[in-house]
Amino acid sequence: MIELKNVSKSFTLHNQGSVTIPVMERASLKVEPGECVALTGASGAGKSTLMRVIYGNYLAGLGQVLVAGLDVAKAEPREILKLRRETLGYVSQFLRVVPRVPTLEVVAEPLLATGSDKQKALEKAASLLTRLSIPDRLWPLSPTTFSGGEQQRVNIARGFAHDYPAMLLDEPTASLDVKNRETVLTLIKEAKARGAAIVGIFHDIEARETVCDREVNVSEFTPEMVA
Amino acid sequence: MTPLLQVKGIEKRYGTRIGCAEVSFDLYPGEVMGIVGESGSGKSTLLNCLAGHLEPDAGQVVFDTKTDGPMDTVTMSEPERRMLGRTDWAFVHQHARDGLRMSVSAGGNIGERLMAVGERHYGNIRTKAIDWLGRVEIDETRLDDRPTSFSGGMQQRLQIARNLVTGPRLVFMDEPTGGLDVSVQARLLDLLRGLVREMGLSAIIVTHDLAVVRLLADRLMVMKDGHVVEAGLTDQVLDDPQHAYTQLLVSSVLQV
Repeated sequence: MIELKNVSKSFTLHNQGSVTIPVMERASLKVEPGECVALTGASGAGKSTLMRVIYGNYLAGLGQVLVAGLDVAKAEPREILKLRRETLGYVSQFLRVVPRVPTLEVVAEPLLATGSDKQKALEKAASLLTRLSIPDRLWPLSPTTFSGGEQQRVNIARGFAHDYPAMLLDEPTASLDVKNRETVLTLIKEAKARGAAIVGIFHDIEARETVCDREVNVSEFTPEMVA
Repeated sequence: MTPLLQVKGIEKRYGTRIGCAEVSFDLYPGEVMGIVGESGSGKSTLLNCLAGHLEPDAGQVVFDTKTDGPMDTVTMSEPERRMLGRTDWAFVHQHARDGLRMSVSAGGNIGERLMAVGERHYGNIRTKAIDWLGRVEIDETRLDDRPTSFSGGMQQRLQIARNLVTGPRLVFMDEPTGGLDVSVQARLLDLLRGLVREMGLSAIIVTHDLAVVRLLADRLMVMKDGHVVEAGLTDQVLDDPQHAYTQLLVSSVLQV
């Protein structure tokens, strides 16, 4: 479902003396449907970078990044947008939304974007928010004013609203209490059970061991001169 | 899928100076494209060339018309282009005053575009006008007021209603949120996003506000000195800019 072949990535800072900083070299990775792979490695080793390369947020320099057969490294913007709408979900650490949009609609949006019936989308959103213990009195409000933990749970609800065949999870259990952490782990297990291919970053070792089938240490892809 | 708009090698010169040059791209149905760049980078010149307000010195702007399929709007006759401007195209000006008739009531402003495409029934026109005032969050009691009595944000929303009432397929926007304070801007962005999705619009938005493009645009084109220096997926261009100028632009944004 997700396959990286010899992917390299570097940043060139044109306005700071044109320094080129290689951050990833010959990264290869393969994730099958129903499998969850954890990215490990020290802070700065390139876990988030690798994830962003898969999502098409960072432009891969060399190599192939195949998601459901599409090479994200070379695809047209509209192909990547379609992939993101239908196939590839991403739960980032931060919630980024249009101000003023009610929480319930923020969560339902990925479903509406794939053409779901509005009523069904809102029902699914409501059930996810309930599971992640966001009280229904908050649903009509914009999440921009919520606490950090609440925003993160809204973000997770949004990420799991549509049943993506491939998912990227950036520390989904960070800063959650025990009960919500369990809920998130259950959501991940459910996603695996329906055949989703998942790549995740988990600093929470216990969570990692519960849901992940194997680990990939990204330090293997860190170029020599950075390490 | 046929692109809704195919732009090929558009160039506009003012004497020896370059307005914009060598601009080519395809826009597909439902896509929103942002054009950013500093003042004088040629983004407004380009937008005006695309929308038929300026005649480009070279290049083609091929639009997929409903009746005749793809046609070059640069070489089509003036009446044909005007008809497009009233039906399939809409243009939202930076200053609402440029896009509204200030001496005609709000309802009249919306109704005028409907009449231009053949609507004649007064009752229908009024009902549609009320519906659109509601959609852009203007109280229907203001239907018979002139836009001169409206605030800047209301004028801008009225201009959008006037433009979208005929169900265009392509909307050109020139700094649609410029000059509005941030709270009004957020409402307008939310409104535009909703309308774009509900109506399946394609849009080209010129702005210098990177936050606006991040929220509204799927794709981004960065212009400098009349040329496109970088183009791609909006978040990719903003988060991993490749060109020196884009890096400068992105790193110059003040954090709130």
